[in-house]
Amino acid sequence: MITIEHLAKQYGTKAVVEDVNLTIERNSIAVIVGTSGSGKSTLLRMINRLIEPSAGRVLIEGADTREEPAHLLRRRIGYAIQGHGLFPHRTVEENIATVPRLLKWPAARIAARVRELLEVFQLEPATYAHAFPHQLSGGQQQRVGVARALAAEPAVLLMDEPFGALDPIIRAKAQEDLLAIQRRYGTTIVLVTHDMDEAFRLGDRVAVMSNGRVLQFDTPAALLAHPADPLVTRMTGQTDRALRLLSLTTAGEIAAPGAVPGPTVSAAASLRDVLSELLWRGAEAASVTREDGTPCGHVSVAALLRHGRSP
Amino acid sequence: MKHGPLLLRGLALLLLVSFVIAPQRFAPLFAPLTQYGAPPIYDQGNLLTLTLAHLGTVCLAAAASTLIAVALAILVTRQSGRAFLPLSRTLVNIGQTFPPVAVLAITVPLVGFGEIPTLIALFAYGLLPIFENTLVGLQTLPPAVTEAADGMGLSARERLFSVELPLAMPLILEGIRLSLVINVGTATIGSTVAAKGLGEVIIAGLLSNNTAFILQGGLVTALMAVLLYEGMLAVERRLCRSVRTD
Repeated sequence: MITIEHLAKQYGTKAVVEDVNLTIERNSIAVIVGTSGSGKSTLLRMINRLIEPSAGRVLIEGADTREEPAHLLRRRIGYAIQGHGLFPHRTVEENIATVPRLLKWPAARIAARVRELLEVFQLEPATYAHAFPHQLSGGQQQRVGVARALAAEPAVLLMDEPFGALDPIIRAKAQEDLLAIQRRYGTTIVLVTHDMDEAFRLGDRVAVMSNGRVLQFDTPAALLAHPADPLVTRMTGQTDRALRLLSLTTAGEIAAPGAVPGPTVSAAASLRDVLSELLWRGAEAASVTREDGTPCGHVSVAALLRHGRSP
Repeated sequence: MKHGPLLLRGLALLLLVSFVIAPQRFAPLFAPLTQYGAPPIYDQGNLLTLTLAHLGTVCLAAAASTLIAVALAILVTRQSGRAFLPLSRTLVNIGQTFPPVAVLAITVPLVGFGEIPTLIALFAYGLLPIFENTLVGLQTLPPAVTEAADGMGLSARERLFSVELPLAMPLILEGIRLSLVINVGTATIGSTVAAKGLGEVIIAGLLSNNTAFILQGGLVTALMAVLLYEGMLAVERRLCRSVRTD
């Protein structure tokens, strides 16, 4: 659990972050979203003390982050950034091993961990372990960047626009991978982005920031249903908020019993995608099947419309 | 075609080595340049010894320049040393703008004749390229890389030695190469203050009006400069194969 209390940062007389209070649950993903200059990156960097706060404090599992030297604190916290920041003179393997080496892990444990991460991130160890970063594609470099951040099994992972430099298709894949990895390792993730779609897709809770203040920190559904500030409404998008709401639920969650004739959709598909599919095909309902192909009911247009209504 | 330059370098090396080991064999080549039966090949000292002494002086001076210039560049790129940047730059610039001959003139009364004044002059003269190159190397590191290094918890020292210096290495080596090559030529003036070196051959030629001597001293010096340049370039390529700042 990360507790942020009255955190503030000032440069001269300019307040970049003002009185931020957040509690981020263990094993959850918190997304900080805001326009550029809203102070979201500064807030993130105060968690691992890349920037020292002017006031307030950060507690990780109840311990004040100022209790140990900053560089030792950072070895316990994963950090992944836009443009990956891989060391160009080190191989993929050496890059990933950076923090475990700093922590003086035994060589065998480091090798096993590197191999495990390469496999988790779908980078064939035989091909990629000894490659240099410039020999990889943008998507692969980004995956190595995240693997490096996770190498020392940190309980907390901070990510600053990690997918900002990727094209939309690779970005969607990277987001999916991140969710899978979060489920696998149970890491508490704090991610900064300016992309509201990304925030809604990844965040268990989303903090909306503007001018150094957190306007609201809530679940995506609550941000849509009960925006605390007109700016939150504006940033979450007024025109397509019904569709955003639909995108937060999967077909499997609302499937009614019984199969129907017509198209078939996956249980993991969002209601937004199901609605789009039904509109496209001019159908009234679709059967829902699980990943293994077994049927789990059906979803009707009427049910979809009900779910898109203002709660 | 790829082996053309390599062959050329090999020939240059062969020429240099065989000339300094057995210069008398080349006597017929230089004979037409002499008058009144003067010796065509320098005979007042051993060319091999002079060449090695010359090389030794240059390398020693370059080592000292490297040590000080790199240390200075590291100092002024740290948070705590940033204030010293203008001062360091001025000092290093003075070293380069002050003519080596003038340095000799000043240092001889202080430390006497011999190698020491030459070493001091070459040391001061060679600082600038190494300092400036190291500075640029350390100041133009990719920001994402240094941020990642900090974010992962490298200490200042670990960051310097395992990230900053390796990434700046191509530029540092380039600076050393420039400094070495400049000083191979400059070192010939050391012979005016009795330092052992190839300048001796040139000066002997000038004094006795022997063009063959002048040419020999000049050619050996030039060959050495070219070979040092190529050798350092090969070292740079070898050491920095993987350093790419993309």
